[in-house]
Amino acid sequence: MTETDRAPRPLRALTIAMFKGFVRDRMTLFWAVVFPLMFLVLFGGIFTDQGASRAEVLVVGDVALIDDLPDEAREGIEEALEITRSDDLDDAVERVRKGDADAVLTQDGDEVVVQYSQADQVTAAQVQGTLRAIVQETNTAVYQGQTGEAPRFALSTEQVEDDSLKAIQYVTPSLLGWAVAMSATFGAAVNLVVWRKNGLLRRLRLAPIRTSSVVLARVGVSLVVALIQAAIFIGLGVFAFGLQLSGWWFLAVPLLLAGTLSFLSIGMLAGSVSKTDEGAVGLANFVVLPMAFLSGSFFPLDGAPGWLQAVSQALPLRHLNDGMLDVMVRGEGPGAIVLPILILLGFTVVLAAIAARLFRWDA
Amino acid sequence: MGARISVQGLTMTYGSHTVVDDVSFTVEPGEFFGLLGPNGAGKTTALEMIEGLRKPVAGTVDIDGHDPWKREPALQRRIGVQLQASSFFERLTAVEQLQTFGAIYGVGKARIADLLEEVGLSDKADSQVEKLSGGQKQRLSIACALVHDPEIVFLDEPTAALDPQARRNLWDVLRGINDAGRTVMLTTHYMEEAEILCDRVAIIDSGRLLEMDTPQALIRGLDVPTRIALAPDAARLDDLRTIPGVEVATADDGGLQLETHDPAAVLAELARREALEGLSVSKGTLEDVFLHLTGREYRA
Ligand SMILES: Nc1ncnc2c1ncn2[C@@H]1O[C@H](COP(=O)(O)OP(=O)(O)OP(=O)(O)O)[C@@H](O)[C@H]1O
Ligand SMILES: [Mg+2]
Repeated sequence: MTETDRAPRPLRALTIAMFKGFVRDRMTLFWAVVFPLMFLVLFGGIFTDQGASRAEVLVVGDVALIDDLPDEAREGIEEALEITRSDDLDDAVERVRKGDADAVLTQDGDEVVVQYSQADQVTAAQVQGTLRAIVQETNTAVYQGQTGEAPRFALSTEQVEDDSLKAIQYVTPSLLGWAVAMSATFGAAVNLVVWRKNGLLRRLRLAPIRTSSVVLARVGVSLVVALIQAAIFIGLGVFAFGLQLSGWWFLAVPLLLAGTLSFLSIGMLAGSVSKTDEGAVGLANFVVLPMAFLSGSFFPLDGAPGWLQAVSQALPLRHLNDGMLDVMVRGEGPGAIVLPILILLGFTVVLAAIAARLFRWDA
Repeated sequence: MGARISVQGLTMTYGSHTVVDDVSFTVEPGEFFGLLGPNGAGKTTALEMIEGLRKPVAGTVDIDGHDPWKREPALQRRIGVQLQASSFFERLTAVEQLQTFGAIYGVGKARIADLLEEVGLSDKADSQVEKLSGGQKQRLSIACALVHDPEIVFLDEPTAALDPQARRNLWDVLRGINDAGRTVMLTTHYMEEAEILCDRVAIIDSGRLLEMDTPQALIRGLDVPTRIALAPDAARLDDLRTIPGVEVATADDGGLQLETHDPAAVLAELARREALEGLSVSKGTLEDVFLHLTGREYRA
């Protein structure tokens, strides 16, 4: 055997064959990859447009900086900031935390304090920039008018811990979770049924490879597809829709891998009990779509009743979404992925064990 | 060296239905062995037990000292299988199928071009399997069974659903496989195919092995008449009936048919009467053997 004629490893060859089969299947590719991406573009597009509106600033108490402005200057500012009065500081901060307003403005002596939310960093920067300009101009005016006096106002900024996230911040991780759930579940279910139906499983049974190689090849393909999906989603989010990733965002990778395993086992289960590939697709849809809704992939579950939230805890996608939101946009660190990963792997073990029991070589 | 494949008392039941019933035979190295029988006779079931894909209810299979049901990789590497349903990796091209199967069996790509040439698929190398015709799929399926150059090849109805021309082309391929020294075991429900290809044929019906021998011996063992066919207007039917030795004379759209046990005399008389237009002569076929064995017409 010559150097150029060395056989690829069986596992690698199977993985490549499976991967080609997956990417050459336009229908599966559309439903599992393109369709979720369309949602991202849709959501990203809608909410990016809204982001161009004026920033809402709540003014609490007497803020001389704003109160003493001449009318013309005030009108200029109101093109950039929507200024609303509020009496209750706690309530105002809470509204910023929830994302209903963008910043709270108070004045303590000569110090003007801005409290803003990091959820939408673009708006936060816009608020700070505008206010800094006002402070500077006011100071200059005062300085010129009353020679010898030191600059009167100083601006200080504080970040409000936010619960809310701007749309793109929320939808990128959540839709990515859904997309991976779709591709992993569909891929495994259809693959299993097609190979059983066309007799390839039986044929491979007579070939000198282990059953585990067939399963491992599927795992490999789904993991690679999940990583490609993550790259597309995150890339599109960041470069097209202004997604702001927090420091530990790459911890989404281990989360996604663990999530993929649990969705694979759902797919194996669907593939084991289905007789036709249409049946497998239907069953996968029947599981994945409600799971995506209940796991907050399309909209946050904050407003959902308690029992629904409880149900959602029983779904692997819920834990994947929570974990990814934490590390990708909420700025949490490695601690936030431990529990979700353990739960996802737990789902995998249980579901894979059931799938193995129901597995059939023959149609 | 003894038998390559040895089957003893092979039996398979589904519920109370016995589909393979106490079948025994041996296959010698280099032999082309055929399992012949109508639909539902139990050919596939028997073959799949021999391949190691189904566990016999009773009986044993031995391939060179191995039990195929144990599915030992060392044995599997020496065996090539083509299952009754073509089983391919979906959306892979012909070459990719062969490369993948090759890699699974631990062989490189060197033989792939030759193999495609051998089964006449060189021009379809880069076509996805979904775009191949039925006959092309069958040939690719056979190539996949040969990719690791196995010593023993199992083929389950390789020529099913092919038109006569495609079937004849495939026969050449199958003969080539056997001529290369391999032991070939094939199932078919075409009598003609078994007659032309096989060194020995086992006729099975309803799970039972009825008879086993070379096709020639099977036919010789029967006292079947020689059939002589003539063009419709070669002679008058009534005249033919007067020829000594003619036992039966019939006419249909295809022409005139005679049956005789003394073909030499009958042919000489036909020649004297210049009534040889459209002449064809055939001795008994496996179909007659089947009719004789089961008392009913062969229904392939
Ligand atoms: N898995 C199964 N469960 C129940 N019955 C089966 C099963 N497989 C085959 N049979 C039955 O066993 C009998 C023999 O089937 P088999 O496929 O071996 O026939 P065959 O000779 O290969 O026919 P064909 O020429 O149509 O391929 C048939 O009556 C079939 O219905
Ligand atoms: Mg059969």
